[in-house]
Amino acid sequence: MGKIKIILKALWNNSSGRIGLVIVGAFSIISLGAPLFSPFDPSAQNLSMSVRPPSFSHLLGTDLFGRDLLSRLIYGARVSMGIGISAAFIAVLFGTLVGLTTGFLKGWTDKILMRSVDILLGFPKLFIVLLAVGLGTPSIWLTVAVLGALSWMEVARIVRGEVILVREMNYVKAATALGLKSSAIIFRYILPNVISTIIVSTTLLIGTMILVEATLSFLGLGVQPPDASWGTIMNQGRADPLGAWWISTFAGLSIIITLIGFNLLGDGLRDILDPRRKTT
Amino acid sequence: MVAYTIRRLLTAIPLLLLGISLTFFIIHMAPGDPTDRFISPSMSPNIKESITKKFGLDQPLYWQYTSWLKNVVIDFDFGKSFANGRQVSEIISDAMPPTLLLSSLSLIFGLVLGTVEGVYSAFKAGSRTDKIITSLLLFFYSVPAFWLGLILLGIFAIGLNWLPASQINSIFHDQLGFFGKIGDYFTHLLLPVFTLGITTAPVFGRFVRSNMIEVLNSDFIISARARGLSERKVIFVYGFRNALLPVISLIGNSIPALFSGAVVIEVIYSLPGMGRVMVNAALGRDYPMIMAAGTVAFVSVIIGNLLADLGYAAADPRVRLDGD
Repeated sequence: MGKIKIILKALWNNSSGRIGLVIVGAFSIISLGAPLFSPFDPSAQNLSMSVRPPSFSHLLGTDLFGRDLLSRLIYGARVSMGIGISAAFIAVLFGTLVGLTTGFLKGWTDKILMRSVDILLGFPKLFIVLLAVGLGTPSIWLTVAVLGALSWMEVARIVRGEVILVREMNYVKAATALGLKSSAIIFRYILPNVISTIIVSTTLLIGTMILVEATLSFLGLGVQPPDASWGTIMNQGRADPLGAWWISTFAGLSIIITLIGFNLLGDGLRDILDPRRKTT
Repeated sequence: MVAYTIRRLLTAIPLLLLGISLTFFIIHMAPGDPTDRFISPSMSPNIKESITKKFGLDQPLYWQYTSWLKNVVIDFDFGKSFANGRQVSEIISDAMPPTLLLSSLSLIFGLVLGTVEGVYSAFKAGSRTDKIITSLLLFFYSVPAFWLGLILLGIFAIGLNWLPASQINSIFHDQLGFFGKIGDYFTHLLLPVFTLGITTAPVFGRFVRSNMIEVLNSDFIISARARGLSERKVIFVYGFRNALLPVISLIGNSIPALFSGAVVIEVIYSLPGMGRVMVNAALGRDYPMIMAAGTVAFVSVIIGNLLADLGYAAADPRVRLDGD
């Protein structure tokens, strides 16, 4: 707990970190407490209030079915951020495991695994996503799985690079000389020293995942109604970008603010945890 | 450099073959039947059989695979689309130019804008101008291209009616003179290229800025200055060369993203490019179209990676000597 407090304090003193922390914190609270913050039931239809611009009763207007846009965006935060965080988590977990293994074990295992990573990085992502969606049924779960499956390779590369640096440190050599098991060395001495890199790339990856999910859902290939992410909501505003401008405008602004938040938080964390790659 | 390029190209062939073969077997082995969309339950089973036969789906899988590969490699024949019977190569060659035009123009716009912003920001590092540029770069880095496209479409095409909202040329395009045709393309591509370009610029801008700052603070710049070289020579010969060569790799790495970005923008501006072709092929189980679209996609990533590697090799000669 003490370490987290120190990091938070350092983030607060970092200009990008502070803004990022506030934005990400606010959006997390809003999405966790969605029922408390949304003024209306997000799926309650009221056809007599269909496609109304922002007003005092509906702060951000209503959609085609007369549903309150603000409430839909608040619940959409759950879906968008949930998918972004889960997909990034899968990618980071798997990528870290592969990166640790290949970085620590030299020789054939490293060669084979890294060659596979190289091959997978040569796969066109958009095409794979289209294929997955075309052959399966688009849903929240498929979106998370596809996004996670397509993003762990970069993490593996970054982690491997860091592990190779740490592996040559004297304390690791000492641990090896003392006859510690590989797993003990990896988890006790190597992982703690690469964790900051992992935290930074996770934060930045969450932003990317939210953006990719929004793009897919906007194209109708991601989250399907009645589930609604910000991308799905934007898709519903697409039919009339001028007459119902508020739908896509506010859904898009939610995405932009969240992304700025995660990007700033990532930059801030990098400044604090990884001074070698300081942004300025 | 030539030997290195050839070696890299040769290693790309097995990758292409692997990717395309995987695609082939995955789409053929996935549950579902491409003939379903042509069949209704009231039809006699003979019709399904004859369609299956017409598409060659009654043949054993390995046979379908080898004959597909043979036709593509020897005759460059990708077969006919299941959906409309047109030659696949014809559909692709119709759809490629708009996508290539959109993505290359956007790349040029984004690259120039991003590099200028990045270099300028680096020279003024820490100043107010730097802060404004950095914030703008962060903002456009976080803006979804499809959102910006939609907003611009709403304002300039639908609301103000200044620019066309769809297609890559007008109905009367053929009657226009040479400059009229260029102007016609220009008005149709202005919004799409601006959208994709301005959201691509931060990728280069952020990279160039941090690279340039690092180079400007490096020992060889300090020593070049100490030797009394003119500031112009220091910046243009030593600074730019070292800060901007790695950008070549970034261009290569961003080609797949640019291609995907173009696909999304095409959907918004209803441009007749690869976007529509790829989405329809995947959702409609049009096997020959999927295979051709997959080939194009794999080749584009391979070209991008090759460009990235050549960029690394140009920036750092040690890479070329590496056995890999």
